[in-house]
This record gives sequence, structure tokens and C-alpha cells, in this order.
Amino acid sequence: MRDTSLTAQRDSPMAPPRSFLWSRRVFLTLLAGFVLVPVYVMISSSLKPLADVTGRFRWLPSELTIRPYIDIWSTVPLAKYFVNSLIVAGAATVCSVVIAVFAAYAVSRYDFRGKRVFTVTVLSTQMLPGILFLLPLFLIYVNIGNATGIALFGSRGGLILTYLTFSLPFSIWMLIGYFDSVPRDLDEAALVDGCGPFGALFRIVVPAAIPGIVAVAVYAFMTAWGEVLFASVMTNDTTRTLAVGLQGYSTLYDVYWNQIMAASLVVSVPVVAGFLLLQRYLVAGLTAGAVK
Amino acid sequence: MRRIRAAAVGAVTLSLALAATACGGGSSTGGGSNDSPKTLTYWASNQGASVAVDKQVLQPELDKFEKQTGIKVKLEVVPWSDLLNRILTATTSGQGPDVLNIGNTWSASLQATGGLLSWDEKNFAKIGGKERFSDTALGSTGVQGKDPAAVPLYSMAYALYYNKKIFADAGISKPPATWDELIADGKKIKAKGKSVLGAEGANLSENIHHVFVFAKQHGADFFTADGKPDFTNPKVVEAVKSYVDLMAKDQVIPAGDAEYAQNQSVSDFAKGKQAMLLWQSAASNLKSQGMSQDAYGVAPVPVISGTPGAGTQVNSAVMGINIAVFKNTHNLDGATKFVKFMTSDAEQKILNTAYTSIPPVKAAQGDQAFNAPDTAVLRDTLAKSAAALPQVPAESQFETAVGTAVKELFADAAAGRAVTTDSVKAKLEKAQQQMPAA
Amino acid sequence: MTTTALKQPVRETSPGAAREPRRRPGRIRRVTLPYLLLLPALLLELLVHLVPMAIGIVMSFKQLTQFYIRDWGTAPWNGFDNYKVSVDFDAPVGKALLQSFGITVGFTLLSVGLCWLIGTAAAVYMQDTFRGRGLLRALFLVPYALPVYAAVITWVFMFQHDNGLVNHVLHDQLHLTDKPSFWLIGDNSFYALLTVSVWKGWPFAFLIVTAGLQNIPRELYEAAALDGAGMWQQIRRITLPSLRPVNQVLVLVLFLWTFNDFNTPYVLFGKAAPEAADLISVHIYQSSFVSWNFGTGSAMSVLLLLFLLVVTGGYLLLTSRGRRASDA
Repeated sequence: MRDTSLTAQRDSPMAPPRSFLWSRRVFLTLLAGFVLVPVYVMISSSLKPLADVTGRFRWLPSELTIRPYIDIWSTVPLAKYFVNSLIVAGAATVCSVVIAVFAAYAVSRYDFRGKRVFTVTVLSTQMLPGILFLLPLFLIYVNIGNATGIALFGSRGGLILTYLTFSLPFSIWMLIGYFDSVPRDLDEAALVDGCGPFGALFRIVVPAAIPGIVAVAVYAFMTAWGEVLFASVMTNDTTRTLAVGLQGYSTLYDVYWNQIMAASLVVSVPVVAGFLLLQRYLVAGLTAGAVK
Repeated sequence: MRRIRAAAVGAVTLSLALAATACGGGSSTGGGSNDSPKTLTYWASNQGASVAVDKQVLQPELDKFEKQTGIKVKLEVVPWSDLLNRILTATTSGQGPDVLNIGNTWSASLQATGGLLSWDEKNFAKIGGKERFSDTALGSTGVQGKDPAAVPLYSMAYALYYNKKIFADAGISKPPATWDELIADGKKIKAKGKSVLGAEGANLSENIHHVFVFAKQHGADFFTADGKPDFTNPKVVEAVKSYVDLMAKDQVIPAGDAEYAQNQSVSDFAKGKQAMLLWQSAASNLKSQGMSQDAYGVAPVPVISGTPGAGTQVNSAVMGINIAVFKNTHNLDGATKFVKFMTSDAEQKILNTAYTSIPPVKAAQGDQAFNAPDTAVLRDTLAKSAAALPQVPAESQFETAVGTAVKELFADAAAGRAVTTDSVKAKLEKAQQQMPAA
Repeated sequence: MTTTALKQPVRETSPGAAREPRRRPGRIRRVTLPYLLLLPALLLELLVHLVPMAIGIVMSFKQLTQFYIRDWGTAPWNGFDNYKVSVDFDAPVGKALLQSFGITVGFTLLSVGLCWLIGTAAAVYMQDTFRGRGLLRALFLVPYALPVYAAVITWVFMFQHDNGLVNHVLHDQLHLTDKPSFWLIGDNSFYALLTVSVWKGWPFAFLIVTAGLQNIPRELYEAAALDGAGMWQQIRRITLPSLRPVNQVLVLVLFLWTFNDFNTPYVLFGKAAPEAADLISVHIYQSSFVSWNFGTGSAMSVLLLLFLLVVTGGYLLLTSRGRRASDA
């Protein structure tokens, strides 16, 4: 990991006192342990034979095997689920960010009737218990399907629509903060130069708020990536996502712990890697929105 | 001021939305049609080692069906964790499969939704008549006196699986026939350092199947004759307590089993850690876990005294899978043909052999494949000493409420807390009050 | 997050306010444009959140049991019966709901508190550079980046009674308990749930607070150092007060997410959560999907929604007022 200071360096004018250094050492060590233990368990279990993982826990595997990494692909159509998840989460993220950018731009730069209602309503949707609208949403999708022929239930489209809306409120909310922090003179200058409002948005405001947009995108992606409840009802064989599909390793006969761990790792690696790549934007990004 | 106006606007929007949806709700489109006669969607339940295995078993048969009729069947094997939710949402929206598998214990509950095609005389005639099926299996297809909501497809029963080697080491010559014998044998087995009997304490359905049988053996029922819940009946309380006591008092079920919900007890048995297992049609499962067929024996589930039979000598619930036709199907004729195909003598033999279950179709039962010693036990249990779970619309809620109560009692027992008649009664009382009033 | 705070600069600098009367087409465009920009978001919120919510509210006034779900338009209205059942705290359904509610509140407060505390402490400790900081920060983000199912199922694996790591360490290796404990059933399940929730949740707090720390002007620290304030005093007097606005948002968002979290308890415990860890989201799921009584389930959800609305409203009011007072 490159240590290009993500936070502003606080070159303390004074050397930190001993008590601080010691408490920091202790605290961070404990915390790293807390974070690491499950990660270690995942990695080590994924390299054990099934008999080992269904037996008493041991820190070191009695024998190492890569068998689970081979078996995961045949026990469950993992590749298909992975692709489904990528499509669903990716599309939901892109749509969510674009729509949130428009909405946040409107709220940030224009004064109009109903603005307050809009922001309050958006905020309040964060409080809805998912269970309240699972069944109604399913009904709506089916009725839309019957009326227009657009299949939303059981398709990736329906899931994309659902997930993008899940992350939309928080995204809008955050982006309003970011856009407000972009100096208004900049886009006004662009407007005077003959750019339309969209020109101003895409040439000035969006580039200036890239960190915030990345932050929101990561959040939207993770929301869609992990959701279980809606995915379990709204998908079928061909559109099932990972969050639900991983459950396939606990079969009617046995729980293939080693394969669960292996599959979890395999699907997590690209996400964690992407996440870490975006990390510097993310940390720089979340601040402006949240501070407002 | 602004705030009030905002609230008012919000209220108006909301009521408009309400009005719009109140008119639009619901989606029943009456019975089925024959709009798309060339395709069928089939939701199969997960019967084999994994969804992939099920597809391997079913796909060749579906191809056969397509060859015979020209109807293409789109197969989806739905995992058990999702199946009921999928059926519920399908029922609510009218958008679902044409043909589907259901757990036979759900029959009455799903029948009440009206989402499944009723199998009256006329429909049964299309698949060769009701008489083809065994009465035991037909007893678990819906509320008595009503036309069945589904047709039996696979039948299963509980049996006692025991590890021959552990029994020999402990000096036990024959499998226990009564609970007292089982408890006595348990002492010898524990002396050899093995655990005695497996259970899935946190699995609601497993709990229900066992306490149901225990209630029968104590001469009690969870529901009165007119279908009202009667969970606090002293005999029911006694029955539930004696089941939980297998862990709490008699200590034949290890405490660790209280948190089992994913068939870990089967794997304990297959690995030779545990001497006995009460399971339904476990043969293919044990085989897949590497336990050879001569390593274990199969015996009827114990009773209180005497030998298995009817009434208080019942030693298994009638388990199994039914096949049903979704009322909103767009291919009613094709769906019926498909049910006929799946319940034909030939297919019954193939499918039930693959899943080591018993065919509910009488003509197929006589086949050699179902005469092996272990399947014979299951077949005899089904024929003589199995009883259907309550066929009441609230069966599904009963499974949840009582199954949860037993799970909590097991958790108490595992934590070393006393399980008393009072504590059992309190849990069952709570379960009963959670049942729908109707 | 106060909408008034956002609004003021907009009003002051609203572009071209004085020119409006003369340029009519521009004016129309200016009036309709914000609505056009909001339209996609609004439509989607309507479709996926608001209309379903309205249907859910309608459902809560119906006797929507298995007999009616197929054509729920015909389900009989039963007024406030579902609500009465839900809040009749002497009867088992209401009592169970109240208990579940209490557990959820306790769980949420603890989880949010711990997530915030750990996240803030880690962020503050990692404000200065030291060797290995980049690596550590990368590591700390892993729990947030794992799919929920993968993360929680790993904890299930570790919490097993017979074969789990937790009992192996606590019982076999450290001999802290006289017999292995149960974590997935019984009373300990609450702590198991809390552990998993904090493990998954604190990195988000860490991220936000880390970001918030960047906005604290360095001069403040320098001035404090000149005044002779030590490290601890700087943290107490400058760092923490400066994080107030960040914390206002962070705590609220964490609270709402934790309160409504369904994925974690569902993967951890399955359909029937142990009594000690019976979070309201799973409880409502059980009351509607597992028990096939969508009317009562909807009524409970609506009550929950009302509660969260009141809490959020109160919270925003309180914290905004506090903020304004401290700003002045």
C-alpha cells in the first residue's frame, strides 16, 4: 500500500508523549487482531480438507489442499452468480451515481418550491424497514410486467432498479454536501462563458467533486453487493446473485465450510482490491459531504 | 409555515398514492389457461446432495418428456431456504411456475391460499386415478374432506440409523425398539466415548416432525378434531418434555446438537462420532459423505413399548414431496401431462431410486429397488406406522411457533437450565397464542 | 445535516435572479430545470420506496392472511386490529414485539456506540504517520469490503459450539470457562450478534472520521501547542469538538442502518432468531413471511417507521440546535 498521506499530516510541533505512543500501540494491535482473526480463519479454512473444517478447530491445517478452490466452481455455478452480481451491482452503482448527481445538483444550485419536501422525503426513505415494502414491490413489478411486458421480477433489471434506489437517498444526501463545497463562482463563470447548466455540471462541478462521487459509488456498490432479502425472492436460477448464491454451499447434506470460505475469498478479492485502489479517493471524498 | 406546507404536500402525495394503489391491488386472474402450450416452468425442490446433483437427475427425465409431448420444461431447482418465500410471492402476484414441488406438510396451508389447482376426480382421472396412490401419501395432500391440493411424488419416513461398529464395540446386539432401551444402550455407548443420538435442535421442521411423533405416542394431538390448536394439553406438554429430555435428562442427545440446523448431525453420524441418527431416507446422503452401506443398519424408530403400528404406536410422520400445479399456469394441459409423466410407474421408479425415497405410487413400490433391507424398513413404516402431520391451514404457523418453542427448550437444556413441565408448558402456551385466531 | 444550512448560500447567490422578468424562455427553463433534474430520482423513489410503502400501509389495515394473499384486494378490512394486536403488550404477540423492540434498541445503541468509539479512536491514533500505517489502514477496510454473507458466515463458523474457534480459544486454550459456551443459541447470542455487527460496522465510522480529521486546520493544533497543550489535551480540545458535524451525520446513519439491519441477524441465526438476539427486522420477517400474516407484519413495520421518524426528527432538532449554539 502506498503511504501517500491520506489524511493531512499533522506534523505535531511536539513529540507525542509516551502514554500516547503506548496506548496507540496496544489499541491498534488489539484492533488489528480483532479484524484479522476472521480473515485468517477464512484463508486457513479455505485450504483445509472438509474433514478438517467439520472437526475441532485448529489454528494450523493438518494438511493443505487447494481442492476447495477447484470444487467451488462445480458445487455451485459460482462464475454465473459472480457475473450476475457484478452486472447488478455495477449497473446499480452507475445509475445511482448519475441520478444522484442530477438530483444533488438541482438541490445544491437551484432554489425551487418543494425542495424541502424532497430532501426530507429522501431522508425518510432511509428509515423504511425493508420488510415493509418487499411484497408490495414485488406486486408492483409483476403488475408493471403484465401491463407493459417489461419483465422486472426475476430479472436483473428489477434488482438493479431496487438496489439503485436503496443507495440513492444517502448518495443524494452526501453529494449535496460536496456540490455545496464546490465554489459557486466556478460554475457561474462557466455559465457566463456559454456552457449550459449541463456543461457547468459536467465540466466544472463533477470534476471538482470526484472524490465524493467515488465515495458514493463505493457505497452504492457495497449496498447492492451484499443484499440478501430482496435477492432471495426476486431472482431465479439464471439471475441469482452471489449474496444468495453462496448459500448453495450449505446443502441438504452437508455444510461445505471450506468451499464457502474459498468462494467468499475468491469473490472478495476483486472487490477488496478495487476498494483499496479507490481508497485514497474515498477517504478524501467522504469528508466534504459529511461535514456539511 | 414552510414546515406545515411541506407536511401538507407530503400528506396529499401519500393519499394520492394510496388511492392509486388501493384500486390496483390484487392480481387474481382466475384459473389457468392454455396460452403457451409448448413450454412449462417447473420448480423442483432440492432433494439430492446439491442443486447441481438434482439437475443431473431431473434433466434427462425432462428431455424424455419433451420427446414424448413436444413440451419443453424449464427447470429451476429452488433451495429449501427460498422455496416457501418464492411460492408465497408467486401466489400473491400470480406470477410463478406452472408446476412445482412442495413439502407435503405445507399442503393444507398452501391449499388455503387457493393458489394451487385442486385435484378433483376429473383431474385425478387425467393422471390415472386416485387409486394409484397409497392412502398414507394421500393423507398428506390437504385438508381432509377437500380435494387434494397436490399429488404425492416422493414418500419418505423416519428410521433409526445405527452404526454397526459402535454397537458391536459397546456390546449391543440389536437396535433399540423402545425409548427405554435406547436410553439404556446410550449408557454403554457413552462408556465407549461416542455420542449416542443426533438431533437438529435449531431446525424448526426437524423439531416438529419429532415432537409430533412423540405426541402421537403419548396419545395426544397438537390440534383438536375441529382444527383448533391445543398445544397446552397436558399430554402434549408431556410429549414435548420427553423429547427435549432426551437431551436434558437422559443425555443421549449431546448438548452441542442444540445449535445444529444444517444437518450437522448426519455428518457426525457419517463420521462415526455418533452411534444413532433419526433421519428420513438418509441412504444417499450417507453415501455421499463416504459412509459405506454395510457400516450402518436401519431399524424402525423406537416406540414407548411394544411394536410400531397405528395410534400410540406411530413412529414416523408421513414425510415427502408433493407435486402441484399452479392455478395461474398458462399451460394447464401441459402441466397436467407433466404431473402424469412424473407420477408414471416408470418415472417413479427412476426418481425414487435416485433419491432413495419410496414411491407413493403403489404399482412402483413393488419394484426390486425398494426391497433392499433399508428401504424395506421405510416402506413398512410408511405402510403401517406413519401418521400425517396435522392437515390444517395453520400448519405452517404451527411449524414455526412450536418448532421455535422446542428450539428454545433445547437451548435451555444445552445451557444446563432445568426443563420442567412448567417451562415446557409456558413455551407452548406462548406458541399457541401466536397462532392465528381462525 | 440541516436543510436550512444548505439553503442559505443558494438563495443569496441564486444566479440571475434580477434578470428573470426580461428573459421568459430562460425563466421557464430555470423553473423547470431543477424539477427535470430531480425527476429520475423522484420517480424511482416513488416506484421503489413510496408507493410500496403506501401499499404496505394499506396492507396494515387488512386481514391479510394466507386465505387472502392470492387476491389481496378482497382481503377484509379490519381497521386498527393489526395495530391493536401489535401493541397489546399483555398478550404474547405484543409482548414479544415489545421485547424484540427493547433488544433492538439496546443492541443498536451498543453497536453504534462501539462502532463510533473504535472508529474514532483508530482514526485519531492513525492521524500521525508511523511505520506500517498504510498497511494497517488497508487491513481495517477489509471487513467493510467483504460481502455480508461471507463475513457473517465466517463468524458463524467461529461461533460453533463444538468446533468453533471462539470456544477453542476461550475454553480449550485459555480455560476461561468451565465448559464450552453456546454462542448461536441462548443468551450469549446477543453478544455474538453485537460482535459481528461491530466487526462489520466500525470501518465505516473509521473512514468517515478519518476523512473528517482532514478538515481540521493545522493552525489550531499549532496554536494549542504554543499554549502548552499536550497531545491528549489537543485531542480533547480540538480534535473531538471539530468532529461534531461529522459525527452528527455518522451517528444518525449508523443508527438507522443498524436498527433496520436484516442481513446480519438473518445469516447469523436463520429464520428463528434466539430470544436474546431477536432483532426487530427478523421478528417482523417472522411475523409476516414465516407466519404468513402480512397484515400484522405491515402494522409492525409502520409502527417501526413512525418510531424512527420521531427519533430522527428529535435527533436532528436537538443536534442542530446544539450545533448552532456552539457555533455562535
